[in-house]
Amino acid sequence: MKAPPISYAAAESVEEAVALLTEHGDDAKVLAGGQSLLPMLNLRLAQPGVLVDIGRIEELRHSGVTEEGGRLCGSLTTHRELEMGAVPSLGDVAVLRTAASHIGHLPIRTQGTIGGSIAHADSASEWCVLALALDAVIHVRGTGGARRMPAESFFHGFFSTALEPDEIITGIEFPVTGSSSANFEEYARRSGDFAIVASAVALDLREGRCESARIALGGVAGAPIRLPEVERLAEGHRFAGPDDEAVRELAHACAEAIDPPSDVHASSTYRKRLTEVLVSRAVAGCLRHDDSEGGRR
Amino acid sequence: MKESSREQSAERVQLCTTINGVEVACEVDAAESLMDLVRGRGLTGTHSGCEHGVCGACTVLVDDRPVRACIVLAAQVQGRTVETIESVGGPDDPSRLQRAFSACSGLQCGFCTPGFIMLATGLLRENPCPSEHEIVEAVSSNLCRCTGYASIVQSIASVVEADPDAGAPARPPSRERTHEA
Ligand SMILES: Cc1cc2nc3c(=O)[nH]c(=O)nc-3n(C[C@H](O)[C@H](O)[C@H](O)COP(=O)(O)OP(=O)(O)OC[C@H]3O[C@@H](n4cnc5c(N)ncnc54)[C@H](O)[C@@H]3O)c2cc1C
Ligand code: FES
Ligand code: FES
Repeated sequence: MKAPPISYAAAESVEEAVALLTEHGDDAKVLAGGQSLLPMLNLRLAQPGVLVDIGRIEELRHSGVTEEGGRLCGSLTTHRELEMGAVPSLGDVAVLRTAASHIGHLPIRTQGTIGGSIAHADSASEWCVLALALDAVIHVRGTGGARRMPAESFFHGFFSTALEPDEIITGIEFPVTGSSSANFEEYARRSGDFAIVASAVALDLREGRCESARIALGGVAGAPIRLPEVERLAEGHRFAGPDDEAVRELAHACAEAIDPPSDVHASSTYRKRLTEVLVSRAVAGCLRHDDSEGGRR
Repeated sequence: MKESSREQSAERVQLCTTINGVEVACEVDAAESLMDLVRGRGLTGTHSGCEHGVCGACTVLVDDRPVRACIVLAAQVQGRTVETIESVGGPDDPSRLQRAFSACSGLQCGFCTPGFIMLATGLLRENPCPSEHEIVEAVSSNLCRCTGYASIVQSIASVVEADPDAGAPARPPSRERTHEA
């Protein structure tokens, strides 16, 4: 189908976008890449009165380093730019490239943005899951000024976030955690499909000992989630290597900790099984990275 | 709120863009897709399949990069450069890719073909020497109900093989499917 009749305004600055959102309230929707919003309009699953296009706001493309040393990427950074490692301040972080490469297809990745994914908050979204595992900070601006929210308190539930109607995401900050090793794994039936289950794991390792762990899952609940109780099980453990039995145990604990939904794509039991397999691969991957880094030193 | 030159929202939008090398200034409906814009201008080689971003039949290039024209608004290409299948070549002057699709049976009914040609044109512009894996990954984007894809991959690969020095040094694989192990 075609999109319903709609009003449109292209904002030239963040202030202008915020003013437009304030003026139109609930009737307005931010338009970034349009790769989630426009299919929803065409399918008539959404019918906002006004689209506020933020796509021309140059500031939202910028990346840089925050005062605390965090690596900030502008909300309009495309999935493809991240996949190609083309965001200078982020450096060549393998886990970002891997996660980006799983998103949809090439034409979706050239047009869709990281800010759009975070705002859309699909439970299986690669960026949402990774943002949780990397302790990313979401930078937003609205009528009340700027605020920064940890990813952990940003995702509220089924496609819902802490974002106020007059707020836009300006950037995503990835803190620098020196000793951390992170990995992303997902399973989708066909390349480009949304993941049935996605898992991101970050371990802070010192000589094989896990100081702290962050485990995030997508596709197993209404929103992407962290598993703090299971993370605590990993803390203090000295992993013998990727084949350590503890890796399996940890992954098993993740599967036990969730109660995923059944739907046409997969049953709850299958999602639990996938969780176990994907978490254990992700953790093993972190330990392997750590090994090879040690070897180089 | 301050009185300003702030942008007002409207159902009609003034648009200046470049389509197939021609500067276009026109007024469009705010809800009009880029696909409907080009098709309305007679460029009907851009096909309409699903209209919600799934099939890729509507693929065009915007600033050299492939996008799905059914899920990009006409208003979003303000100031940008759009290329459709008509700019790539026609029956009298087919591009190398078009000739390859013909030679390798990369099409049967042809409905999906403009989308695949634009997708592959965009891919080769970014990476003139994609590996077979990269080609397979890229074409998994679009739906073809006739060929079974092997001949499409072959068509694109044959252009790369015919001119291996065409471009930049090979890049690392763009996708690491670590879970295949
Ligand atoms: C065929 C297909 C396959 C896909 N596969 C995947 C996949 O596997 N994984 C995945 O994660 N995604 C997938 N997507 C979605 C894609 O990643 C989108 O790019 C992304 O979800 C939204 O980004 P966008 O810039 O296009 O946002 P838009 O579609 O423009 O906006 C999405 C939502 O976020 C809001 N929004 C956007 N930017 C901001 C901002 N800066 N501040 C506040 N609100 C904002 C909008 O109002 C809207 O509600 C797929 C899409 C398609 C069409
Ligand atoms: S018509 Fe645009 S993707 Fe199907
Ligand atoms: S040739 Fe018929 S759909 Fe591809």
